[in-house]
Amino acid sequence: MEWIMAVAIGALFMIGVYLILTKSLLRVILGTSLLTHGVHLLLLTMAGLKRGAAPILGSGSESYVDPLPQALILTSIVISFGVTALFFVLAYRAYQTRGTDEIDGMDAEGKEADS
Amino acid sequence: MNNLLVLPVLLPMVIAVFLMFFRKKVVLQRVVGLVGGIANVLIAGAVVLRVRSEGIQTLQLGGWEPPYGIVFVADMFAALLVLAASITGLAVLIYSFASIGREREEHYYYTFFHFLLVGVYGSFMTGDIFNLFVFFEVMLISSYALITLGGDKKQLREAPKYLLVNILSSTLFVASVAYLYAAVGTLNMAHLSQRITEAGQGGVLNVIAVLFLIVFSLKAGLFLFFWLPGAYGAPPFAVRASFGALLTKVGLYAIVRTFTLIFPGDPSFTHGWIAGMAAATMILGGIGAVAYRDIPRILNYNVLIGVGFVAFGLSASTRDALDGVVFYMLHDILSKGLLFVLGGMLIAAAKTDRLDGMGGLIRRRPGLGWMFFILALALTGIPPLSGFAGKVLIVRGGLEEGMLALSLVALASSLLTLYSLVKIFREAFWGTEPEVQQEDEAVRRQKSKKTSKAANMKSTSGAALANVSAVVLLLFVIGIGLASNGVYAFASQAGETLANPILYIEAVLKGE
Repeated sequence: MEWIMAVAIGALFMIGVYLILTKSLLRVILGTSLLTHGVHLLLLTMAGLKRGAAPILGSGSESYVDPLPQALILTSIVISFGVTALFFVLAYRAYQTRGTDEIDGMDAEGKEADS
Repeated sequence: MNNLLVLPVLLPMVIAVFLMFFRKKVVLQRVVGLVGGIANVLIAGAVVLRVRSEGIQTLQLGGWEPPYGIVFVADMFAALLVLAASITGLAVLIYSFASIGREREEHYYYTFFHFLLVGVYGSFMTGDIFNLFVFFEVMLISSYALITLGGDKKQLREAPKYLLVNILSSTLFVASVAYLYAAVGTLNMAHLSQRITEAGQGGVLNVIAVLFLIVFSLKAGLFLFFWLPGAYGAPPFAVRASFGALLTKVGLYAIVRTFTLIFPGDPSFTHGWIAGMAAATMILGGIGAVAYRDIPRILNYNVLIGVGFVAFGLSASTRDALDGVVFYMLHDILSKGLLFVLGGMLIAAAKTDRLDGMGGLIRRRPGLGWMFFILALALTGIPPLSGFAGKVLIVRGGLEEGMLALSLVALASSLLTLYSLVKIFREAFWGTEPEVQQEDEAVRRQKSKKTSKAANMKSTSGAALANVSAVVLLLFVIGIGLASNGVYAFASQAGETLANPILYIEAVLKGE
């Protein structure tokens, strides 16, 4: 089971890195969210995918899945949600002010302004 | 009463939340911030004294025994850094009163500033690797807000890059935590250290160690600093001062903590990487500092040289070098804060950030000029000042380990620091004032006669506030140098814990 997850996470990382290396800021942000998806799945996978009940006491099960990585993922999800929201607004604002959403375009414009 | 340990984090957090409700009342914000800043220095001082007299202090949050709960640990290293950071934080806060401008102040500047401090103090104090990640994020998200606040074109150009790099490094951080948890099954730093020693560091654990090194180097600007000179050039100088003094130091602290506590087991492998990255950072930082002719870039590259120096001390890892690392980081937090405060005052006085348009400022601002000169000597490491003791200890440690080439690079980088800063001093303060400048001055004087007296008073009181913050920091920079012996007693207690992680582990896991 873990190896399927590993392949899927690898694919997510691959697509994420590819998107981050493109020009458009919007694609870059999509790339970062794919990367965070990948890393959350990685946390879940690395803690082991053994069979067991959901970690809620009272289900009367013999064994439970590891509750710690689920807490870590929950924390990490809200953090990356906040950061992604900020990033989107920043990109929108940069587009409004600078009139382009291309990272390269930003550089060229910046050099003109600096010199 | 060990709850003392949570106060450095709790106090700025309460202040930050409180200030959210009064965004239009700038005077109230300033007063509350100032009182809180002073209280934080006192608290940090109390923590240092407590650790000095009673050894490493721990606080189990919620009363859960480690490794099951989160634990706050104040060894001397963390306590000293919290103290230095709170002094610098207070000085930068006072400088913000003078320089940040009402528009930003009304848009939650002080709230973000205090959340930044929460992240910094928390990162220093925590004893749990995932909690370290969370405090990193607290610090980084505040820094995102501070770097974009105001929203001028330059900030909007640099902020997306800064966000992207830090999101990437945070993602890698979570991935490394995942691998580490899979390998040893715990998150508490002391417990991690114990289990890694039992398992024997090698193979997969070395890979994880290098992954952590990459993550923290991205944050600290150790070799992977491509984002830093641009990003630190964007926000106002008060923000840059808190970034240059605190943010990279938190990354450095994490590197030092990780490689003295969690992964000290295979130094021939990991410390070789650190040594190479330190050398590259010092060389490239030195070249950058000498190459540019605009003040912000020179200052930013000087931050990098300091980072390289600390990493060099860590890669040597003898007892002397570790004492030196502690000493140098204390000096570096205070003096980099001062460097950016003075740089901001200099640019405000000259009204340009290019060296070409400056000259003769010593006649108008003699105090600023001589403070800058003393700071340049301190950063180089001229004996009576603060940079000297740390550099001597680090280089001595390097020579003990037979790292001759790296020691020479470190000394040469000091020379480049001196050259780059004296270049600023010579061109900005000596010589004659440029013609355009004098015309500007004449126009300005005429104008200021016309404008109301109140505006004039305001600008002089602003300059006075900036001077206060610079003088406070300068006194500490000189004081640490003059009282080296006294400070060394503290630094060496910190170095002892770094050299013998077993002391840290025993203090945290004393129940077992």
